[in-house]
Amino acid sequence: MTEIWWAVIGTSVIAFLLKYIGHSVPEKYLTNPRALRINTLIPIALLSALVAVQSFTEKSVLVIDQRIVGLGVAVIALALKAPFPVVVLGSALASAATFNFLN
Amino acid sequence: MNRTTASASFSVSFTVGLYGIAFGAAGIAAGFSLLQTCLLSLLTFSGASQFAVVGVLGSGGTAISGIATASLLGIRNSLYGLRLSSILKLRGWKKVVGAQVTIDESTGVALGQSDLGEESMRHGFWLTGLGVYLFWNLFTLAGALGAQAMGNPAAWGLDAAVPAAFLGLVWPRLLGNFERALAASAMFLALALTPFVAAGLPIIATALLAVAFGWKARK
Repeated sequence: MTEIWWAVIGTSVIAFLLKYIGHSVPEKYLTNPRALRINTLIPIALLSALVAVQSFTEKSVLVIDQRIVGLGVAVIALALKAPFPVVVLGSALASAATFNFLN
Repeated sequence: MNRTTASASFSVSFTVGLYGIAFGAAGIAAGFSLLQTCLLSLLTFSGASQFAVVGVLGSGGTAISGIATASLLGIRNSLYGLRLSSILKLRGWKKVVGAQVTIDESTGVALGQSDLGEESMRHGFWLTGLGVYLFWNLFTLAGALGAQAMGNPAAWGLDAAVPAAFLGLVWPRLLGNFERALAASAMFLALALTPFVAAGLPIIATALLAVAFGWKARK
């Protein structure tokens, strides 16, 4: 089994268990305000970290390449309240144009 | 069933399902096979977790790092189930199916129908949950097939589309300076750790930042 297969199976099993547990536990067990607050912050930290790592690293080395143009376009599109597909497509087009211009 | 609930469910299902194209393409660009990419959408079925696992493995992280990051992002689905269980009251196989489609969108639409009564909340949950499941999986397949036909991901901008998708997912959550400060700190920490620790760990490490930020009460 490859690393990717383990990741696919492990992620899927845990994702389902997390969903199922929620429907099985009485609501009174999760009212701690601190835990709820941290839970809303975790996606912000992880997703932001993923944006940075996916934009500025290549095999554990920090790099600046065509992706920074794509990221810039995504920021502008989001600031202008563009819908998600426009954000992703605009970013891809800008990055692809830069890549093909430079190479 | 009332039309308001049905139309809200359908429009959410279709638009969210469209993002599946970006995920399908991201999976292939990260080195996942067509089958592995589609299985993630069928079985994991939680957008942010799916993007995270292909993102971590694609940048050289281990399966453990990928699973840990994806699972931390999936914890919120537990809270959705907790919130909905008293309204849905699921048993047996319906509980299995209902749990699988307990995600951001089905929960959002269900809670959005609260003015119309619990019956409408249940309809909104099922229509949206099953609707997103259908479209998300169809569009994942379409995106993966499209990306397979493309060749070098960088030449088509796929390498930038993935972080743009993450940015699109985090953007609506950046409600105030507190959230923006956390986001900026997380980006800085992840980049600062990248040269020194195994791929994937810099991302998981930022969960500790979230704990630190959330520990002190605010407002």
